[in-house]
Amino acid sequence: MAMSGVDLPPVQPQTNLRRPGFLRRLMADYGQELIVLSAIIVLFVAVTAVNPRFISANNLTSIFSGNAYIAVAAIGMAMVIITGNIDVSIGALIGVLATISGTLAVAGYPIWVAWFFPVLVGMAINGLIGILVAYFRIPSIVVTLGALSILRGGLISVTGGTWISDLPPAFLIAQQKWLGLPVPLVAMIVLTVLAALWMRYSAFGRSLYAVGGNPEAAVATGIPIERRIVAVFILNGFFAGLATILFATQLQVIQSTVPPNLELTIIMAAVIGGVSILGGSGTVIGSTLAAILFATIGSALIFVNVSAYWLRAVIGLLILATVLADMLRRRRTV
Amino acid sequence: MTLRSLIRHETFLAILLVLALVVLSWQSDRFFTVANLLNQGRLMTETGLIAIAMTFVIATGGIDLSVGSILGLTAILTGVFWKNLGVPLPAAAVAAIAVGTFAGYVNGLIITRFRVPALIATLATLALYRGLAEGISQARSVRGYPDWFYVLGQGEVLGVPTQLWILLIAAVVAAVILAYTRWGRTTYAIGSNEVAARFSGLSVEGTKLALYTMSGFAAAVAAVIFVSRVSTTRSDMGSGIELDAITAVVLGGTSIFGGRGTVLGTVLGLCLIQALKNGLSLAGVKGDGTIMLIGIVLILAVLASAIFERSGTR
Repeated sequence: MAMSGVDLPPVQPQTNLRRPGFLRRLMADYGQELIVLSAIIVLFVAVTAVNPRFISANNLTSIFSGNAYIAVAAIGMAMVIITGNIDVSIGALIGVLATISGTLAVAGYPIWVAWFFPVLVGMAINGLIGILVAYFRIPSIVVTLGALSILRGGLISVTGGTWISDLPPAFLIAQQKWLGLPVPLVAMIVLTVLAALWMRYSAFGRSLYAVGGNPEAAVATGIPIERRIVAVFILNGFFAGLATILFATQLQVIQSTVPPNLELTIIMAAVIGGVSILGGSGTVIGSTLAAILFATIGSALIFVNVSAYWLRAVIGLLILATVLADMLRRRRTV
Repeated sequence: MTLRSLIRHETFLAILLVLALVVLSWQSDRFFTVANLLNQGRLMTETGLIAIAMTFVIATGGIDLSVGSILGLTAILTGVFWKNLGVPLPAAAVAAIAVGTFAGYVNGLIITRFRVPALIATLATLALYRGLAEGISQARSVRGYPDWFYVLGQGEVLGVPTQLWILLIAAVVAAVILAYTRWGRTTYAIGSNEVAARFSGLSVEGTKLALYTMSGFAAAVAAVIFVSRVSTTRSDMGSGIELDAITAVVLGGTSIFGGRGTVLGTVLGLCLIQALKNGLSLAGVKGDGTIMLIGIVLILAVLASAIFERSGTR
């Protein structure tokens, strides 16, 4: 790979003089996304053949709605990684925001305050992280490792590990339906599409790719790198806040913990979806598809009777296999 | 220039450590006693061994997030080999350490052979190794080790906790290797400029592979000490220890981009963290409050060194 810059470019056979076909262009632009999508479809077909209850409405709802918050958080994470940064504190942040949200709801504040105040808190915390990364030049992995300790430690010492219960029914938006579809599913699709269009067509979105792909060239074209990095972290906090709304409102209680390795799942969703960890490439469609793939794998393992104790090992193995396949594919195309 | 800024960071850290010791011993008369300090040494050995290996890994510009999971896997295997398979305990511990070391070797293989970035590779194996630990243990813990086994984690040699000797020897050997040998200089060279290191004929892949294997070995040895110290094995052992180790390394002045860092700095960072943890718990702050403080210390320390560095070089 290091030598590839020295090699001559391979000579393309000029037999086909027509414009590259629609499929060819689709493969070039969305190769990784299509691979993930095919994996989801294959998995659905295979598991349904073994156990037809897999595509029951109940299970589909639990796969898509129960994990939509991961996809929403992965949108922000994909943007952060596209600029060449990373955020390992996002799991702890979602835990903190969920507790704030539940506390406000129980204390009798209007429901929309309980939903959206945490979004502002998330943006503020991530804004601070962005400033430390952009203006003080501290690597994002270090800042967010520190933030992870602060948020996790702070959450447990404030709540003492207690659960929040007696949430008002109107607060539980993740359990509600909109036009017959679960709200989390709708939110996931709408946010993914909007973010994807914005990343592809807006000047701001394109500039994020420039910041991650080639910072020096970005500076030369007049992109204010520092401000873009702060902005992308604030956006990450925004999506983490929206993810929190979906996460905190899906059950009758809010625990003061989040699923173990939540930040790992979110980062992996972004990476498996085609976002290069080195920055500069990838799309949020891929990250959402990857989040769905993870959820499908988790559910499929239960349906084919894999012991719950081996679940994480199998998921770990699949993640590793996908990463390796991705690297092999990239090496071929480079 | 590099040497001078290094000295500055470690001096700064040593002053901070002395300051913390003075304040903490003034706060509680139970802090600055020989018994307490030796006991703290006992508690920081596992993180210490991992952090020393992590210093090398981070100095090459890499990172190893899977160490906590390797620790958990090795601990579980020690118990399972001994109790369920009936292997004699010394052989069981050695075999488990061999598996942990192999886990580190697999990390190295994924990183060097497939060119997966270290962060992603070890995030993936973090999930895999912890999952294996959970699957093998089936949520059962192993207890009832023979008395002689506890010498390692709970006993003393010449009045000093056994594992503190291991940590001291490891620190001295690692410091000499990193500072004075060809291997150590190669580590810095890879971290400063990997392409240049390769064109200079240095064995970049071989060195990296060896370092990740060593990181796995350190985590595996830490696992056996951990089991001996707490007298039981559980599959969630060591989760989050990678953060403690990375905090110690980064606090110790090792650049997360590679090319810079010393074992002495890491040991100082380790002592500072342990002193703060202990001092706070003696002052009545709960464990979660200290986690928070470690995060704040990490950010402030790196912030301070970033500001110093900028005024020095730019």
